[in-house]
This record gives sequence, C-alpha cells and structure tokens, in this order.
Amino acid sequence: MRITVKLFASFRLGRFKFAEQEYQVGTDCRTIVLALGLTEAEIGVIMVNGRHAALDYVLQEGDTLSLFPLVGGG
Amino acid sequence: MDKILRVNMSTLSTAIEPVPAAWAGLGGRGLTSTIVAAEVPPTCHALGTFNKLVFAPGLLSGTAAANSGRLSAGAKSPLTGTIKESNAGGTAAQMLARLGVKALIIEGLPKEDKWYSLHVNKDGVSVQEETELIGKRNFAVIEALEARLGKKTGVLTIGPVGELKMTAANISVKDPDSKLRSHGRGGLGAVMGSKKIKFISIDDQGAPGVKIADPEKFKVAARTFAKALLDHPVSGEGLPTYGTNVLVNILNEAGGLPTRNFTYGRFDGADKISGETMNETITARGGKVRHGCHAGCIIQCSQVYNDKDGKYLTSGFEYETIWGLGADCCIDNLDDIARADSIMDDIGIDSIETAVMFGVAMEAGILNFGDSKEMLRILNDEIGGGTPLGRILGGGAGSVGRAYGVTRVPVVKNQGIPAYDPRSVKGIGITYATSTMGADHTAGYSIATNILNVGGYVDPLKKDGQVELSRNLQIATAAVDSTGMCIFIAFPALDIPECLPALIDMINARFGISLTGDDVTNLGKHILKVEHGFNIGAGFTNKDDRLPEFFTTETVAPHNAIWDFSDIEIDEFWNF
Repeated sequence: MRITVKLFASFRLGRFKFAEQEYQVGTDCRTIVLALGLTEAEIGVIMVNGRHAALDYVLQEGDTLSLFPLVGGG
Repeated sequence: MDKILRVNMSTLSTAIEPVPAAWAGLGGRGLTSTIVAAEVPPTCHALGTFNKLVFAPGLLSGTAAANSGRLSAGAKSPLTGTIKESNAGGTAAQMLARLGVKALIIEGLPKEDKWYSLHVNKDGVSVQEETELIGKRNFAVIEALEARLGKKTGVLTIGPVGELKMTAANISVKDPDSKLRSHGRGGLGAVMGSKKIKFISIDDQGAPGVKIADPEKFKVAARTFAKALLDHPVSGEGLPTYGTNVLVNILNEAGGLPTRNFTYGRFDGADKISGETMNETITARGGKVRHGCHAGCIIQCSQVYNDKDGKYLTSGFEYETIWGLGADCCIDNLDDIARADSIMDDIGIDSIETAVMFGVAMEAGILNFGDSKEMLRILNDEIGGGTPLGRILGGGAGSVGRAYGVTRVPVVKNQGIPAYDPRSVKGIGITYATSTMGADHTAGYSIATNILNVGGYVDPLKKDGQVELSRNLQIATAAVDSTGMCIFIAFPALDIPECLPALIDMINARFGISLTGDDVTNLGKHILKVEHGFNIGAGFTNKDDRLPEFFTTETVAPHNAIWDFSDIEIDEFWNF
C-alpha cells in the first residue's frame, strides 16, 4: 500500500521532507519509525491524516503519516 | 528596601512609597493586576485620566535564576476594555529589580499639550519635557537615547502608533542588542501615549541589587531549574533550533493553522514560512539561529534573521506573526513577513493584532490576499503615517471589521484571535473565550497538551477535558507570569517533576519564605479572580466569554471541525 510519510524539524536531517513509499498491508507506525532509523524515544508526535495516533496504529492505503520530535513554541 | 515609584502626570510630580504589606509577596502580573484592580475604576475610559499604567518586574527578576527577566505591564486595556497584563523580555525588568523598584505606577494626564519622558535611577523617578524625539520611530529613539544617556540605558518606548493612541499600539522594550521586545497585546502603547510619555529611560548604576535571603538554597534550586530547562526537548533543543516558528508545520498538519482569515485550517505555502525553512535561511545568510530576549535566558528561542544580502532584517521573529501575515493573509514570502515584523517594531504596533487585522482587511477588500507589497506599504505609510485609513487599521481586527461590515472577524473581547483555530484545537478556544485578557493564547496554552504531547494529551477535536485543561493552565500561567519567568518554562514544568519545585524553592530562598505548591496554585486562582472581578466591574458578563458567531456556523477543513461548546459548558470554567 502507498503511504505518504512527512518528516519535520530534526527528523529531516539526513532524511527527507515528504516521500510516498510502498509498505506491506498491515504496517503500523512503529514499523515505519524504526525503518527510518528513528527510535521510539525520539518520537514526540505522530499524526495520521492530521489526527494524533499511537505507534501501534495500523495504517491504511493512502494514509499520510507525519512524524515530529517533541517541539513547542507559542 | 523595595519600593513603589509613583508618577502623577496631572501634577508632573513623583513619589517613592514603601511597599504595602499586601503587595510584598507579589510580582509581575500578580502585582500589576492587583494594583490596577485596587486603584483603577473599572468603568473608566482607558485613555482618560483615571487609568493607570503599571510596570512590575517578576518575583525572581534581577536574580541569577534562568529566564527570569520578563517585565509585566498592566492597565485597563483600550482595545478590550478589560484589565490587561502583557509581559516582555528586554533589559528593563532586571534593571528595575536591581534598583529595588517593585512597581512603577503612572497615573493622571498632563494638563498641557506637551510630551514628556520619565527617567528611573537609584534616586527614584523624574519627569522631563521631551521635544526632540516626538514623532520618531522606535529604532531611532533607541539610537538617540543611547547617544544621549549611554549605551547601557534601559528603554521603554512608544512609536507613532502609540503617540496617536491607536488601540493596537505596543510598548517596546530595548533588548540586550539594542533591538526591541514588545509588551504587545491590548494597546498599552496607547495608554502610555494618552499620558504623553514618549519613553522611559532606566539607569541602574549604583543599584543596590537583589538580596537573596538564603543564597545557598537559591543556588542549588537555580541549578536544578536550569538543568530541567536544558534537559527538556522543547526548551533545550526545539525552541533554540527552530524558534517558536516550528509550530507552522505541526499546526498545519493538525488542520489548526488558520488560513485566509480563518477560512481553512491548512495553508499550501506552509513549508515556505515554516521554522525548518527559517532555520535553513538564517543559517545560509549568516544570521543567528539562537538569541535570547534577555540576559539569563538559556532557551534562546529568538533569532537574528538577515536579508538575502546578509544584512540584519529582524529578530524576535515569532510564530504568531509569521502565521498571521503568512497563512492567514496567504503570503508565502518569509522575507516580506520579516520586513513587516521590523516595521511593526519600528512604528510600535502589536504584531499579533496587526496580523489578524490584515486578514480581516483583506477580506474587506482593502488589499488582496497574498499581496505582501501592499501590506508593507500600508504598514509603513498608512499606519506608520497615521492616515485616516491607517488609524482604522491601527485599531486592530475588530476596528476594521466594524468599519467595513465584515462578519468573519476573529476577536474575543475585541482582541484578535492568534494562530490556532479554536474549532480544530478546542482547548485553546476555551482559553480564548474565558481569558480575562480577551483572546490570548499565552493565558492558557492548551496547544501543549492538545497538539504537542506536553503535559499529557487531550484530543484537540473533542470537547472532553478541554475546560479543565484550560482552567489548570490559566491558573498555573497567572502564577508563572508573576515570577518574571518566560512562559516557555511551562514545557519542562509540565513534564519534569523537579522543575516546578525548584522554581518554588528559588522564590522561597529569595524572600526567606516557605510557599508550597498549593500556595502557588492559590496565587494563580487569586490573580484570575481579581482580574475577573475587575472585568465584571467594567460591565463584562459571561455572555462576553464567547467566540465569534462564525465559528459556530462555518466548519473548518480538513476535519470539518466546528465550535460546539454550549454556554453552560463554557461557563463551567469559572467554577473554582
């Protein structure tokens, strides 16, 4: 299935901003996080289609996965 | 001994007063709000003789505590008609604290049509007539005063917008690099203008300094506190690297980035104006990614942003400004937004109110969405020049909305709604609705928990838990705003258990007292109730704690979210 992966802040360094990637049906967020060389501890916020999601959330065809370290401002 | 400095502009006289016992344990917002509530009739005209402008450093300002250099300014707001506290960095808070100035209270109105300045030093405060700098913009004022009084002089100044008493006028504070930080919100620059004070200069030579009751305990607590700030990923890494503007992309992803005057929740040009792009641009042009707004800041969320030729363009370039002139005005040119930021500093106008105002002005057809060149011209020539149109725009979002018959006007209590759509980030909507300040994200920054996973997580798209979240944050914020601390210490304070006790230990060690966590919470509740009491006295009711109608009738993409809190649900906020 096709998943759009978006990376933000320091996650972009040495990786990419946005990429469409092929994954096996049933892939969860954790699998993609680890495949990107990120650790669970580094993850601040996960969004799927603009909604917050957990690491074990199972993705669907066409989903957009957005990954952020802990960031803030205001 | 700490003292109160009082200036009466009606008689052009000054006084040094002892600190009343009831004010001794207060600082920053707690003190400005207490003084305004005690001494200003709530129904008075904010630009009239009965309003008072109060400055107060925080409880820890002037000490070695990290990030303790914020100055509170308070008055009745000419923009909202409510009580107002607006705090800013710069050098003034620490200078005033070292001089032992607990608060500076300015009252009355001059009888003659003349302009004045105030000068604060170890002997107190004096009033002088000012002629040379009237009509000058803020950067010229700073330059002239450094030449006149010395490089180290602290300065609070208003630009032409404040002189003309436009209700979006700010008060600028000189920062350590002779640039500007702002008491931005609520039109306090117009209050200073009404009192015909162009600037306040501060000389802290010979200042007695801040006495610490228990220096050893203070040192230990200060070290723990600073470590917490550096250890937390937000205050220790994210903010110093990307600034507050890191929020553009995450709010855009979440569908909470108000776009085209609050019509959509995402902006196609978001990445071009994002913190990540800004970081790359600053680095490529030889600017500074990290920069503190006051000495002792270890978070360093500010930056120095240069133009393409490597020349200084602006600093203190914040998310809310970039969001507002960017997404909300459909402008994706970060350089033009930086130029606007610099002009706003120079003419002395709140960059949040003005950004929200431009979204409404574009909807009104005064200029087109996306037209950054016309936006710059209007800022510089119309508002900076004080033309009739400029004065309508300089009155803020509500002003231009009324003048042009616009119905989509994002304000609460006439103050522009910043940077986070309350339909898709519902906790912040409760803060906008209920804050004693009018729409103010900093009053109870639910974004931390709704979007950023700091202090837990409350789903931004659901109503559950939002009132309690906003209430807890507003109480904590009122207390933190009294310490002189930057509000960004809240990120580690929400997540690292040692952080808040260390902050309280520093206050205890500074004054030789023994506050508990509960005392601090009660202080926050007390401040909110004092402020709320002032607003009720000014004629505000629960019916004013509401968001504009369009949020209840227009959904916002991509989540088709709507503002769906009942009046009863919102009013539950004040049940504490």
